[in-house]
Amino acid sequence: MSGRDGTIGARAAILGKIRRQLGVTAEDPKRNAAVDARLTRAPKGVVPARGQLDAAGRIALFTEKMEKASASVARVTNVEAIPTAVAEYLRAHNLPAAVRMGEDALLNALPWQKTSIEVSHGASEGSDAVGLSHAVAAVAESGTLVLTSGADNPTTLNFLPATHIVAVEAAAIAGDFEAVWAQLRKRYGKGVLPRTVNMVSGPSRSADIEQKLQLGAHGPKDLHVIIVG
Amino acid sequence: MVAITSPQFKANAKAALADPNLQQALTHVRHNFIERRAASAVALPEFEALRDSSRDIKNHTLANLDLYLEAYEEKVTEAGGHVHYAETGEEARDLILSICRKAGARTVTKGKTMIGEEIEINEHLEAAGIEPIETDLGEYIIQLRHEPPSHIIAPAVHLTQKQVEDDFRRAHTHLDPNRDLSEARELLAEARGILRQRFLEADVGITGANFLIAETGTSVIVTNEGNGDLTQILPRVHIVLASIEKVVPTLEDVSQILRVLARSATGQEMSTYTTFSTGPRRRDDPDGPDEYHVVILDNGRSEMLGSQFQDMLRCIRCAACLNHCPVYQEIGGHAYGWVYPGPMGAVLTPKLIGVDKAGNLPNASTFCGRCEAVCPMRIPLPNMMRHWREREFERHLQPATYRTGLGVWAFLARRPRLYQFATGIAMRVLGNLGHRRGRFRALPLAGGWTKYRDLPAPAGKTFQEQWKEKQRALKGREA
Repeated sequence: MSGRDGTIGARAAILGKIRRQLGVTAEDPKRNAAVDARLTRAPKGVVPARGQLDAAGRIALFTEKMEKASASVARVTNVEAIPTAVAEYLRAHNLPAAVRMGEDALLNALPWQKTSIEVSHGASEGSDAVGLSHAVAAVAESGTLVLTSGADNPTTLNFLPATHIVAVEAAAIAGDFEAVWAQLRKRYGKGVLPRTVNMVSGPSRSADIEQKLQLGAHGPKDLHVIIVG
Repeated sequence: MVAITSPQFKANAKAALADPNLQQALTHVRHNFIERRAASAVALPEFEALRDSSRDIKNHTLANLDLYLEAYEEKVTEAGGHVHYAETGEEARDLILSICRKAGARTVTKGKTMIGEEIEINEHLEAAGIEPIETDLGEYIIQLRHEPPSHIIAPAVHLTQKQVEDDFRRAHTHLDPNRDLSEARELLAEARGILRQRFLEADVGITGANFLIAETGTSVIVTNEGNGDLTQILPRVHIVLASIEKVVPTLEDVSQILRVLARSATGQEMSTYTTFSTGPRRRDDPDGPDEYHVVILDNGRSEMLGSQFQDMLRCIRCAACLNHCPVYQEIGGHAYGWVYPGPMGAVLTPKLIGVDKAGNLPNASTFCGRCEAVCPMRIPLPNMMRHWREREFERHLQPATYRTGLGVWAFLARRPRLYQFATGIAMRVLGNLGHRRGRFRALPLAGGWTKYRDLPAPAGKTFQEQWKEKQRALKGREA
């Protein structure tokens, strides 16, 4: 790394200046204890009451918020029904019968051959019209999908195809963000996240021209959510 | 090089008031942002409690900023990323340039970053033969115009749709000159098409960061377009440019602040994309950057700690203070003459470029207090503008007439009897003169006021005289 010496000098200078200005030392056991405690315990703070609902209530709130943000939402009773639901959506929107997805175990195990959909696998290269992903969680409070990067669900699928279809299990719809963090800590360990966690609350949009809201700025123009279960 | 025109604030403001395009464009600021924020704040009963919580989180973090920066750095390194520190804008530019050179970069895509504006990174990349490409629609538009942003979240808010159409026709000469661009939707589609190719070609992507999370070594960006995401997942190298005060302790803490950020900014409950990035791509990842660098910039911010301006470091750049400021609403952002406009700019700019250059900005306030009332982080902005005014006065930076006037007033104000005598005479004279009309169209020494409006004629007696009379009358009745 170029300027390594320079940047180490800058590091010491900045940390030194911060300590001088605050009138503190790095060794102060009280400060260290306070910082360690916060990082370890991660107190929740104020969690809005609106998401604290039973499963049916969370699904209803999530659906309402998603639709308000111009996403469309469908619900199927079991995972085997996902391919048909995807096919129906593609047909209704005059889209080619082809989707690109990662190696997600749940999506891979589905009976795609029963539909006419051509499935390709891997990261998006920008030419695919429709991306299909499996969200690890969702948040009812704000109508937000939570997607994590990896071979199972490549991040490029969330942004490059003009249409993004996301399957999420009804049981994975949490009331609030805090519940999602607890779940990710269980999966990845404390203080560890996958390369990318995407929180998606609707299709891409911009209001940069005279504050007129337009969908499909750089990411998907259409976001379709399939709730499973 | 973006010229600093803050010293000419008054001339800038005058020109802004007379600019019909700007005045038309600003009508959107005066309504949309304000109504949307109010509606979303009311819709969340915990909004005020979340503001308190967010303020407390930042206060705790700032009091331990050294320790949280160290914890953050350790986690980034663990995840395979690199943290670089820069005391000045120049150091940050050199770091970024050397990372780009090492990557053999010809083009660099950019997500919106205000710190990028602060350190003028685009100009320096260009000078080094590397093409920077702004990808946020608003930033892309102003890059075509060679203008700085006029708003910290809506950089092209000063432009009308017609102006954008003209710019696109001028810049995109390879497209059919007779194409229809009469709708905003068509302008967006054209920009999307052009930028899509640039995203795929870029060697390096530079984004800002709304937050850095110490618990996980994560940088967070909040966008609506998805441009920041394409900027950071497609190129081989991702550089995050952030300032020291962006650190927050945990995922829970960032969730508290996210709940007030979008609501205060655009009135959304959540922005469309909130993205958490930790290090470079992992072994089995099919996409994402091979290298992940974070450049952490100080540029004078550490000096604000322990000073009257420490609270300003809580700012999360939501722009609610700009949107609600009666001065910003009239003149837009360019009149402020540098990167950060509105009330937050009036506090930050004197620190970053010097009160000698930016002394006009903290004076461009009516102290109506709306900025503080809507600030999600409860930053006492008017108070801090007052601190700058005091410093400006101490350093004898104001014009002589202003200082003389203040001196005369101070002389009188310290001598109550003389003050009452002098104001009593003045009120009687003005009251008599203005008796017939009830107002003045022009007055010597008050041209600045009467040029734009009439001065109501005084009642002929000072407030204190009237108060005494009323008290006397009241006592008379009681007796």
